[in-house]
Formats: sequence, structure tokens, C-alpha cells
Amino acid sequence: MTEFLLATAGVILFTVAVGLVRILGGPGDADRMMAAQLIGTGGIGSLLLIAAATGEHGIEDVALGLALLAAFASAAFVNSGAPAEEPGADAADVR
Amino acid sequence: MSLLVDIFSVIAISAGVFFYLAGTVGLLRFPDTLSRLHALTKADNLGLGLVVLGLLPRAGSPLAALKLLAIWALVQLASATTAQLIGRAVRRKGRVA
Amino acid sequence: MILVQALDLGLGLLVFAVGAWTVFARGPFAATVGYVVYGLLLSLVWIRLFAVDVALTEAAIGSGVTGLLLIGAAARMRDAETTAHEKPLSGPLRLAIAALCVLVALALAAVVLLLPDNGPSLAPQSLHHLAETGLGNPVTAVLIAYRAFDTMLEKVVLVLAVVGVWSLAQDRYWGGAPGEARAERPEPTLAFLAQVLAPLGILVGVHIFWVGADEPGGAFQGGAILAAMWMIVMMARLSEAPATRARWLRLALIAGPVVFLAAGVAGAVFAGGFFAYPPGFAKPVILFIEAFMVLSIAVTLPMLVTGPPRRETRQ
Repeated sequence: MTEFLLATAGVILFTVAVGLVRILGGPGDADRMMAAQLIGTGGIGSLLLIAAATGEHGIEDVALGLALLAAFASAAFVNSGAPAEEPGADAADVR
Repeated sequence: MSLLVDIFSVIAISAGVFFYLAGTVGLLRFPDTLSRLHALTKADNLGLGLVVLGLLPRAGSPLAALKLLAIWALVQLASATTAQLIGRAVRRKGRVA
Repeated sequence: MILVQALDLGLGLLVFAVGAWTVFARGPFAATVGYVVYGLLLSLVWIRLFAVDVALTEAAIGSGVTGLLLIGAAARMRDAETTAHEKPLSGPLRLAIAALCVLVALALAAVVLLLPDNGPSLAPQSLHHLAETGLGNPVTAVLIAYRAFDTMLEKVVLVLAVVGVWSLAQDRYWGGAPGEARAERPEPTLAFLAQVLAPLGILVGVHIFWVGADEPGGAFQGGAILAAMWMIVMMARLSEAPATRARWLRLALIAGPVVFLAAGVAGAVFAGGFFAYPPGFAKPVILFIEAFMVLSIAVTLPMLVTGPPRRETRQ
């Protein structure tokens, strides 16, 4: 069973790797914004499988943190290119 | 009994991995950014859900199982919203560029 | 086992490839994305090295907070158009830089690979005395019990960093607020994300801090997650960075190091030595110190990321 869990974790990491090749090379920054999403779902999947396989403590907490931080990173990526939507806001005041 | 649990886990996790692979195939083959976004967020999340389902019977305690479900719910919520966010940004960039 | 080694090797190669891509990426945004991805993958590597506390910190600080810092810097550079006037680095200079970096990396790799199998280590002693501290997590024991003085100085360094960042403000904005004002009509999707994530994130952050006494986690990781939640609320423009002259802000920034130092001095009075903890009472004292550390970190990191004051607050 442990081998199966580790093997599936490896397969998921492999899909993350292949996806990364596609996304990071993707034309334009729009594609690259999805990278945090990909790592988020793929990374959490393999983390949970590795946790079940090795029985190490605390990996689920890392998965929780990773879920929050992947969403945070995606929001930051999206926000970096977006001008303010408010009327009358200073267009140069972009974060 | 434990054999049944193991078989259930194997089936669920394998289905989950299948959806991860499907999502990646979609990422590679779909023609434009929005459909790639769709493939990534929907298929990968379903894969994660099935993996969590497969790991639930193996959890050490009801609290651990609850934590697994909480992780899945958080990822669902966060990635659905993030998909919308990224989609908007992609459309906005397409209009400006 | 061959499967585990294949997994680890694949993970290592992936991290290396992403790192290489980041170095050669075009444009600051692409490089920042690569860096954040690299950080998140690196936290997986730490888990495989059985350093779960470090994995949490890498994900929270290495890719979360630092990633946002880099994104802000890249956006500001793009807007300021300073890079348009810079000469690109010459070829030979780039080659020399690359050669130097590779040499340092090789030297580090050689040192790690040549370490003796049973090198000098204090790990057995630290585990041996763990029961006296009342803690179950040796990492927390090292941070707050065995080398508490060092950790306290690190918190002081954070305060100094904030002072340094604030001192970059223009004279007329001194005491004002960094970042942007709260928006009248914030963008709905981002606002929804912030409203959903922030309460859950606060729960998770406090949980990771609390559980750090016995399981992987701790004040720094919990505080970093709380900081990320405040930053996402500020990103969504649902809340704004406070004015730097605000008394509560300044108190919150120094609360951590001050309480830490006070505990150390109290140890000299009540427990027989600077930073000694009363035996049998160590764990409550440690948790008390950590609670204030969490507060300080959760306030300091967003202040470092939002930068120097750029506007006056509405009076």
C-alpha cells in the first residue's frame, strides 16, 4: 500500500512538472498566473499521499498552509497587473 | 475488512490520479488561456477530491479525517474563486493588449 | 526503496529545472512567478527531508511573503520605467557572475556531500532534555528555550527592518500610511476571496502557532500565515494599511521583542539566570512569549511588504 501511495504521489508530481513546462513557457503573463494554482492542487495532492505513506506528523498542516498560500499567491499575481477599477483613482498608483 | 478499505482507497486514488492526468492533458492541448484555466482548476480539483476520498478511511482519527475534508473544502473554495479572478484578468489583458 | 528514491530524484530535478528557468526567465513578472513556484516546490523538498517546520516556513515566508514583495517591486519598476534607461549587463560580466555562482553552489554541494555520517550534533542532547521544557517539538525547544536570546534578537532585527523601510518615506509623508486607501467599491471577486480566506486563514494561523509546542509549527509560521491573511485583505482593498504614526501599530510591532526580553529578565529574577525558565512552569511562559511573537510577526511582515508611507490618511 505504501508503494502505491508513493507511486501516485510521484505521478501527481509528474503532472505538475509537465503542466509547469506548459504554463511557464506559455505566451504572455496570463498563462503564468495559473502556476500557483497548479502547484496548489498538485502539491497538496502529493503532500497528502506522502503523509499517508510515511506517517510523518504535521504534513496536513503544511497542506492547509499551502492551500492558503497558493490562493494568496494567485491573488497577488492577478493583482499585480490590474489597474484600479475605481473611477477617479490614480492610474499610476498600481501595486 | 481492511482489504475492502484498501481496495476502496486504491480505486478512489487511482480515479483521482486519472483526473490529474486529464487536467494536464487539457493544459497541454487546449487552444487558449481560458480553456486551459478551466482544465486546470476543474479537473485537478476533482482529482484532489477523489484522492482525499480515498485517504479518508485511512485517517488515524475522526479529527484527522475532518482535517482532510477541511483541506479539500478550502482548496475547492479558494480555487473556484481564483479561477474567476484569473479569468477576469485574462479577459482584461486581452482587451487592453 | 527504489520508488522513494525515484520520487525524491524527480522532485529534486523538478526544483532544479524551475530554478534554472527562473534565472533565465524573461521579464520580472515571469521571474517572480518562477521564484514563487520554486519556493512552493522547495517546501515539498523540506518535507521529504523530514523538516516539516522548515517546510511551513519556506511556504509561508519564502514564497508567500517574499513573493508578494518581489511582485510589488516588479510592478513598481515597470511603472517607473527606470529599467528602460539602463544599459544591459555586458556578456563577459554575465559570464563571470554565472561562473562565480556555479562555483559557490559546487562548493556548498561538496561540503554537504563530504559531511561525515555521524557528524558532530547536539540533537541527542536536545532531545534528552526536551521533557524538562514541557514541549514536544524539539524545534520549538531550540528556538524558545535553548537559544531564546538569539530568537529574541531576531525579533529586534525585524523591528529595525521596519524602521529602515519607513525611513525611505518622503518627508511630507512621514507618519502617513503605506499602500493604497480602502476602496469604495472593491473588485468583487477579490473581495470575496479575501472575505472567505481571511477568517479561515486566521484559524489556521492560530492553530499552527498553538500546535507548534508539540507538533511541527510554531510562532513564526503561524504569524506568517496571519500576516498573509492581512495582506490579502489589503490587496482586496477591504482594509487599508494603518498610518505609521498610529500608537497601536507601534505597540504591536514592539510587543514581541519587549515581552521576550521581559521574560528573559524575569528569568534572572525568578529562575536563577537570564532567560532561564522556572522548572515545571516553562511551557506556559513559552506559550505566553510566543503569543506576543505571533502578534508582532503578523504586524511586522505586512508593514515590510507594503513599504514606506506614501499617502496621508484621511483625518
